[in-house]
Formats: sequence, structure tokens, C-alpha cells
Amino acid sequence: MNNYFTQLGNSTKQRARGMGQYGIFIAFVVICLILSLITPKFLTVSNWTIIVTQVSINALLAFGVTFVIITGGIDLSLGSMVAVTGIVASLLAHPDDYPVIVPVLAGLLAGVFMGAFNGTIITKSKVPPFIVTLGTMTIGRGLALILSKGRPVSNLSDSFNFIGGGSIFGVPFPIIVLIVAFVVCSVVLKKTILGRYIYAVGGNEQAAKASGIRVNKVKMAVYTICGGLAALAGILLTSRITTGQPNAGASFELDAIAAAIIGGTSTSGGTGTMTGTLIGALLIGVISNGLDLLNVTSYYQQVVMGAIIIGAVVLDGWNQSAAQR
Amino acid sequence: MTLHSDSILQVHGLSKSFSGVKALDEVQLNLRRGEVHALMGENGAGKSTFMKILIGLLTPDDGEILFEGNVLKNNDVNNILKQGISMIHQEILIVPELTVAQNIFLGRESTQWFSSWLNDRDINQQAETLLQQIGLEVSPKTKMKYLSVAEMQMVEIAKAISNNAKVIIMDEPTSAISDKEVATLFTIIKDLKAKGVSVIYISHKMDEIYQIADTITVLRDGKYIGTKSAAELDRKSLITMMVGREINTLFPEKSSSKGEVVLSVKNLSQRGKFDNISFDVHAGEVVGIAGLMGAGRTEIARAIFGLDTFSSGEIVLKGHKINIKSPRDAIKNGIGYVSEDRKGVGFIPALSVKHNITLASLSNHTKWGMIQDKSESAVATQMINDLKIKASGMDQKVTHLSGGNQQKVVIGKVLLATPEIVILDEPTRGIDIGAKFEIYKLINELTIKGIAVLVISSELPEILGMSDRIVVLSKGKQTALLSKEEATQETIMKYAMQH
Repeated sequence: MNNYFTQLGNSTKQRARGMGQYGIFIAFVVICLILSLITPKFLTVSNWTIIVTQVSINALLAFGVTFVIITGGIDLSLGSMVAVTGIVASLLAHPDDYPVIVPVLAGLLAGVFMGAFNGTIITKSKVPPFIVTLGTMTIGRGLALILSKGRPVSNLSDSFNFIGGGSIFGVPFPIIVLIVAFVVCSVVLKKTILGRYIYAVGGNEQAAKASGIRVNKVKMAVYTICGGLAALAGILLTSRITTGQPNAGASFELDAIAAAIIGGTSTSGGTGTMTGTLIGALLIGVISNGLDLLNVTSYYQQVVMGAIIIGAVVLDGWNQSAAQR
Repeated sequence: MTLHSDSILQVHGLSKSFSGVKALDEVQLNLRRGEVHALMGENGAGKSTFMKILIGLLTPDDGEILFEGNVLKNNDVNNILKQGISMIHQEILIVPELTVAQNIFLGRESTQWFSSWLNDRDINQQAETLLQQIGLEVSPKTKMKYLSVAEMQMVEIAKAISNNAKVIIMDEPTSAISDKEVATLFTIIKDLKAKGVSVIYISHKMDEIYQIADTITVLRDGKYIGTKSAAELDRKSLITMMVGREINTLFPEKSSSKGEVVLSVKNLSQRGKFDNISFDVHAGEVVGIAGLMGAGRTEIARAIFGLDTFSSGEIVLKGHKINIKSPRDAIKNGIGYVSEDRKGVGFIPALSVKHNITLASLSNHTKWGMIQDKSESAVATQMINDLKIKASGMDQKVTHLSGGNQQKVVIGKVLLATPEIVILDEPTRGIDIGAKFEIYKLINELTIKGIAVLVISSELPEILGMSDRIVVLSKGKQTALLSKEEATQETIMKYAMQH
């Protein structure tokens, strides 16, 4: 009898929780419907190709930071990593210098190294990730300026420029990268032992430790993965604008964190999904695209975007407390 | 109790549903002035919901609450507090960085009794008087964070008194304090009674109820079962009222035989925590560790499990000295630990029952880093059935389970890592009597399988009922190693208080 009570109570809780997860998806569909009714240009293949291509960079960063936020951490150095990795790649991507694989691998390595650096400082020093990555954000920006001597790096090879600008069977390459990254990140989070440990560390670090999980290794892994994905984003961006810009990626981390949070990742750790984050990133992209089509100036766009971030979290909070009452 | 027998609080037909499920169904209560009224029932019986309604945290769907003859209706928390109903919560709510006096007068700093400026001198004086009244020897200027749990609790009682509480609700007040501190608490409760204050006392500990309660009201599954005078109600009938069935013996009969030494702790010391601790645990044996709060019991367990380091001594497992630097090392060496801090160190609330249960042994179910869902689900299902974990399914989040079932999930997790020795630290804290009995049975089953068990408990009957031998600690020192025959409540207490 006792059990019967808890069971009923819990199934209602879970249902309410599930609604919360669909909530963001429903909001996304509704906004798309409204936009396609208002402006005929919205629901066209060419417009969507633009949206998804533009979203791809933010989505890659958001996937990385989703891993980090689920462990209860944060990474503010994403934008600077985009700049550093872009500069590193572009410096090696002049025509007739090296085959295209060299700048790509060098950029990725730079990102992985910077992510691992974040992870090392965070796990060894016990300084909060917010502070550590605030520091590496500034360090990274400085490095990008040093490496490029403060000037844009231009004259990149065609094969390098294909990464961000080319298409395969009409599908822009960045979209392909996005899809592959999404699948891989989802699988890592849902199906691998690392993914389970990521949830465990964020859900209750002490309990994770007492279960024999090497918490520091898990944290190292997420910051390193995050650095790698930031490098991917940096390379895509550099290739798309065909220049390595030391000032590129400024405040990109905020959009990425916003996408993760809109998608239901809790900043207190332990919950979040890649699907949610992808929808969060698409939502941001769709809204800014829609407002563009409606000729709303970018000033107002920022106000709308901020309101949406707060609104998403408030709604999620209501959902959860309603489920608990 | 002889002088005041009129009612102060009367509750009739109180009902409350959550999403259509009745948590309280026509509950009643008659609280007399100056009595200690125990509210009993298993977890999920509706005690918390009932108390939350009384203090204004929840609104009832139906029913009537009469306080001093007047109907309490649509009240918020502050109003009810002012009228004279206070609650000491199980998880103490304090601001650690503020002083004792500031905590007592939190939210009432600038009422008409004080100047509109913060007047710490005034509240310090008032707090001083209050603290003397309840016999707590700390300065009102001490920061709250430097107090022990028991002292914090007494500060909460002082706060209730300063609120002119006529009814004080105490929710499991002894779950985190030592026997000696319990005695002090009971003295305070008796003083309160003498002053005509009524206490609603919630606890799972039978001994306490019979020491302190005048009247007992039992709830079961949200329903009112009955109210009896404590003197007229024997334990067996009380348990029957609570669980709706008879539990004949609280501690199941043991039938295991003692094997070889599994764990040997030799001269283990940790500066400032415990000193020169030595004992053996054999296969199939239960060794209990008894001692007052702060005696170093949990610290020893944490050191053996690698959660903390120790400064000297050896841990020997099956004849080999082992070097444990982390829980991971301990688990690999066959040591399992069920923490006293279920929420803090035990389970991961956001993960499902399945994912919690397999967490410590997940690498047995992976190929190339990928989790093999079939084999994971199979062992999880097996363990859920073995331990009779009540959940709506293995994908239910652990946070939604009752305390007893959460504890079983943690035990299941430890067992799946195939330990040779299991350390259980306060394994039945805060769980109801039915679940307690099942945990005791489980401990017996472990010993039959030849697993060595080390049990730490603040409840002497539990230690006595379960252990083959008992290590007694006092202030970090080992004062006795008693056999089952030598051990009684009195001998244990004697050694536990020996300095």
C-alpha cells in the first residue's frame, strides 16, 4: 500500500518532468510555425541551409560545454580557444605550405591542449572552474594576438577554405561536421561508461568518488573534449571567413552556454542531453534568423535572446517545482 | 502532565492529496498542554505532510485545526510561528556564518522589541538568558558553524522558546546526536513540559519514545490508526499498529559460521581523530563499532575505505598488507562501504535505480567503453529482486524512493562490486522499522555467504542485536573489544564514556 502511494506520486512527477523536456521542443516548433506564417522566406531549403550552417559553430561549442556543465563545471574560455585554434590552423594553411590535414590537426591539437590545461588546473588546484576558465579566457586571447602578431592571417589555401565554405552533394560541409559531432557526442554521453560517469560526477561528486570513479580523470576528459570541439569550431569559422582573426569568437562562450541551458542542461550539474542542446542552439539560430527576415535590428534581437534564456530556465523551474509539490 | 490536561491543539478530519493520491486521509490528533506526544509511523505514513500542514507549509484539502480553541485557517508560516507553533527540523536550518544569538533572532532583529538598528548587545543578552534556561554552555557570540549538531539543535530549541512556542514539533531530533546529548535533550524536553509547552515528537527509535512520550499516535498509509497512552501500549502492539502486521523478533537469528580473518586493522591512527586502533574481522562475522558522537567511528571507516588518509598503522586484507589511496583502490581490494551520509556520499539522486546500482561495477558491463545495456539491466534487475527494492521500475530516479529503499540501492551498488568485507555505517539511520528488519536480514545473508561485515551504529540495541564482537571507542581510543557474551548496553556505555 505504502509502495502504491509512492509509485503513483512518482509517475506523475516523471510525467511532469518529461513535459519539461518536450517543452523546449514544442516551443521550437511553435516559433518555427509562427515564423513560416509571417514570412514566406522562412520555410525554404535555402534559408534553412543558412540557419544550420550558421548554427553549426555555436552548436559544436555548446556540445562541448554541455559535457562540462553536466559535471557541474563551466568553460568560459571557449571563445578564446576558437581564436587560438583558428590562428594556429591559419598560420599553417597558406597555399603550397602543407597538405590541409596539417593545419587541421595542429588546430585540433591546440584546442585539446588548451582544454587539457583547463582540466589540469581545475583538478589539481581545486580553484572553481569559473575562475580558472576566466583566466584561460584572457590568456587564450593574448596567445591569439601574440601568434598572429595582432594581425589577421589571410591568404589561405582553397582546400582549407573548403572546410567552412564547401559542400558535398549540395550539403554544406559545416552541416556534415555538425551532424557527425552530434551523433558522436550523443553516443558518448548516453552509451559509454565515460558518459555515465559524467552524469555521476555532476549528480553527486562524493558519491561518485565513493563508487570508485576517478573524478579528476572524468573532469580532465570533459575539459579536453570541450577544447577539441572548440578547435573544430575555430577551424570551421576560420575557413568560412577565409582568415584567421585573433579577435574571432569573442563572447561565443555565452551563446554556447545559453544553448545548453535553453536545452535543459542544469547549471548545478547532473542533467542535460545533447538533443536538448542541439535544439537550444537551433532555437537561438531560428530566432535570430526570423528577426533578421522581419528586419528587426540586432539591438532588439539581443533583448529578445536574453529574455528567452531567462524564460527557458524559469519555465523549467516551474515545471520542476510543480512536479514536486 | 497532572496539572494541565486540557487540549491545546485539536485536529479533525485532515486530508491532503497530491495529484489525486491521498497522502493524508481524515487524520486526527488531540494534543494536550504540557504533554510529549509521539507521532509514529513508517516512512510514507504521512507524518511529514501532517507536520508541514501544521506549520503552514502546506494547505490541507479538508479538515479543521483548532489551536487554543480557535480555528487555524489559511495561515502562512510566519503567522503560525507567531501564534506559538515551532518546528525543529530534522535537517537543521541555520546560517553558519552568523552567531548563535543572530541565528536565534534571525528575521526578528528589528521588531518593536528592539531598536530599528541592529542591536547585537541586546540580542546577545537575551540569547544568554535563553541559553542558560536550556543549559547550553556556549557564548551567544560564537559563530554557529563552530557548534556540534547537538548544540545547533539546542539553539533551535532556544529559538522556539524565544518565539513563545506553545507547541514544539521535533522531527527525528536524535538522528545525529550521541546518547549523552540525547540525555541532555530529554532534560530540556522535561523542562519544557513542566512549563506547559507541548511537544510533538517524531522518531523511529522505540527506546526514546518510551523514555519521553506520554501519548502515542500512530499513522499508517496516511490514515489515523489510533492514539494510546505510552504506559498502556507495549512495543509489540505499537509495531503492529505501525506496520499492520506482527514482527516477532527485531533481530533475525544468525546462522553463519566464523571463517578466516578477512580484514585486519593494525595500530591505525589519524592525528586528532583516532589513535592506535586494532581489530580483526573474520569471514561470516559481524563486528560492531560502538561509541559516542565524535569517538572516531566514521573516521575509521572512511580511512579503511580510502576516503580519508591515516597517519600510521596498517590495513591487512587476507594476510596481505594493502595500500589504499582512494575508494577505487579499496573497491578493487574487495572492500565495500555504505556511508552514514546516504544523500551526501551514498547515491546519485538524478540517476535511476539501475544506474546507481551498477555505478561501482560498471566496467564489468562495457565493451570498448560502450555500456552493454542488456547485461547491465540484467544484473540490476537481479539485485532489485534480491534486495526487494520497491520502485516503480529500474529507471525510476533514486531521489523519489523512500529512505529504506534508497539505502538498499546503495547496498546493492556496494554488493555488485563483489566485496569480501562490507562496512555499514549507520545502515538503518532514518529508515522505518520494516525496512530496518530487512536490512538486518540482509546483513545475515551476507555473513552466510562468507562476507565479513563491520557495522557502525549509534543505536546500542542494533549493535548488540547484530554483532558477534564489539569494538568500543571513546574519544578516538579503543577502550574495549567485547564478545557477544560480555556485551550489554551498560558495559558498552561504561567503555564508551571512559576517557
